[in-house]
Amino acid sequence: MRYLPLNDEDRALMLARIGVKDIAELFADIPPDKRLEQALDLPCHKGEMEVERQFSALAAQNIAAGSVPFFIGAGAYRHHIPASVDHLIQRSEFLTSYTPYQPEISQGTLQALFEFQSEVAELTAMEIANASLYDGSTATVEAAAMARRITGRRKAIVSGGLHPHYAETLQTYAAMAGVDLLRLAPDVVATESLAERIDQETACVIVQSPDFFGHLRDHSKLAESCRAKGALLVAVFTEAVAFGLIEPPGTLGADIVAGEGQSIGNRLNFGGPYLGLFAARAQYLRQMPGRICGETLDRDGRRSFTLTLSTREQHIRREKATSNICTNSGLASLAFTIHLSLLGSAGLRRLARINHANAVDLAERLAAVPGVTILNKTFFNEFTLRIKGDASELVERMAEAGILAGVPVSRLLPGQGLEEFLLVASTEVNTDADRAAYAKTLQGVISC
Amino acid sequence: MSATYYTKTHEYLRFDGDTGTIGITDFAQAQLGDVVFVELPPVGKTLTHGTEAATVESVKAAAEVNAPVSGEVTAVNLDLAQSPGLVNEDPLGRGWFLRLKIFDRAELDALLDEEAYREFLKTIS
Repeated sequence: MRYLPLNDEDRALMLARIGVKDIAELFADIPPDKRLEQALDLPCHKGEMEVERQFSALAAQNIAAGSVPFFIGAGAYRHHIPASVDHLIQRSEFLTSYTPYQPEISQGTLQALFEFQSEVAELTAMEIANASLYDGSTATVEAAAMARRITGRRKAIVSGGLHPHYAETLQTYAAMAGVDLLRLAPDVVATESLAERIDQETACVIVQSPDFFGHLRDHSKLAESCRAKGALLVAVFTEAVAFGLIEPPGTLGADIVAGEGQSIGNRLNFGGPYLGLFAARAQYLRQMPGRICGETLDRDGRRSFTLTLSTREQHIRREKATSNICTNSGLASLAFTIHLSLLGSAGLRRLARINHANAVDLAERLAAVPGVTILNKTFFNEFTLRIKGDASELVERMAEAGILAGVPVSRLLPGQGLEEFLLVASTEVNTDADRAAYAKTLQGVISC
Repeated sequence: MSATYYTKTHEYLRFDGDTGTIGITDFAQAQLGDVVFVELPPVGKTLTHGTEAATVESVKAAAEVNAPVSGEVTAVNLDLAQSPGLVNEDPLGRGWFLRLKIFDRAELDALLDEEAYREFLKTIS
């Protein structure tokens, strides 16, 4: 039964009230040649069974990530999300609640945000964190804009190890954010030198670790070079689980940290919604964009939480605001918080170890395949391999053989002579059999 | 001998020789509510009259404080970092924002004197 709240009598009454003869009159402002004269040729409505059947058939054209050995990363990582995470975020109090602007009725949401911020600060070893941004790429933009505001300088030096999508997002915003980008060439074997490019015009240097090609970078010397010239170090990451094993950016001297939190608590989701993590030194608190949840005492002296420092935000400061963002990734940040709380620091370390061990195992097996070279001296759960020939073609043939082998670098960095390089990720979801199948299939495909 | 001048945007400037002490008026602090933070310019900065000199934030709003005249910042009120409430308690006294070395005394002529400011307040209250 269709639900249409209005009948013809209702419509006649409304038209008469506003003095209009028929509905077509309300569209008089639209030029006649732009008006649709007849109904669109859309299929008639279908019953629930037929709709299910039709969409199942469409979905079946995809190879779902969980259905085959899966080694795709490049900025989004397949991890196991425990059922308890979903179970808790599906609670209607969390799933349907809106922005906690009224603290008196939102203490649950606000406490979750406060815990989230605490976890992000601890994970990245930074002093303060916000309640999340949209994703890692826009978080990187916010970091660059924040560095410009703090230093009063325009130039941002962008490492060739930064995820290409993040660099492109920076380019999209740069002119409007008053930032001049110096984007270095793709740094496939981690040889670029950034320190000597820093000058008195530099607001920040933007680096990533593990970087796009999987290399681990120690930015502590670079942090000193930045400080010496009055520039800020912006440390970016795309795989949050890495900090269960590698030094977090705060320990290495980062001033601002921006990254992607999808790996914890959130699925691949066809590219989104994702989770922008953002942290900084406490002295920069008032320049930090996004929502911030604070802990305080209510008038009865009870511990309580509220959104705070709202004068940074655009609904108060308008064009003087630190950003035009007026939201956060609420549900995604909650999933992150729950998953990380369940793991705890010991669990995160164990998870990170398993990731690394699996990736090392895979790298060793693949390096043994003739014609394959592993480029990385260091990596966490993702590395770059080089083959003779076109990595895009290889990926297609591997897919036909039932293995989702990785991401050809040229897909994100086309026309730069990088066709032979393949990004391969291996997380805790790969089994021994998956990795053996990859090596075996790769050998077969290469030798044909 | 000092004289106090005012602007229609509720800044005051107390003029002493060639230094001006700048802050916001009692009317402004009452409108803003409890001040929680004041962002002051660095000492040595050159301010042009009419442009932003400082920012004052209360629990409900953030407002710009404009330089009534052009000059160089010679001092800022460091007490405001710990005690922003001084702006509410004593806006013309201990709640001062900054001191300026004034470039051109002729710019003072464009400001309101105490009586003119009081008359102006009557028109907007």
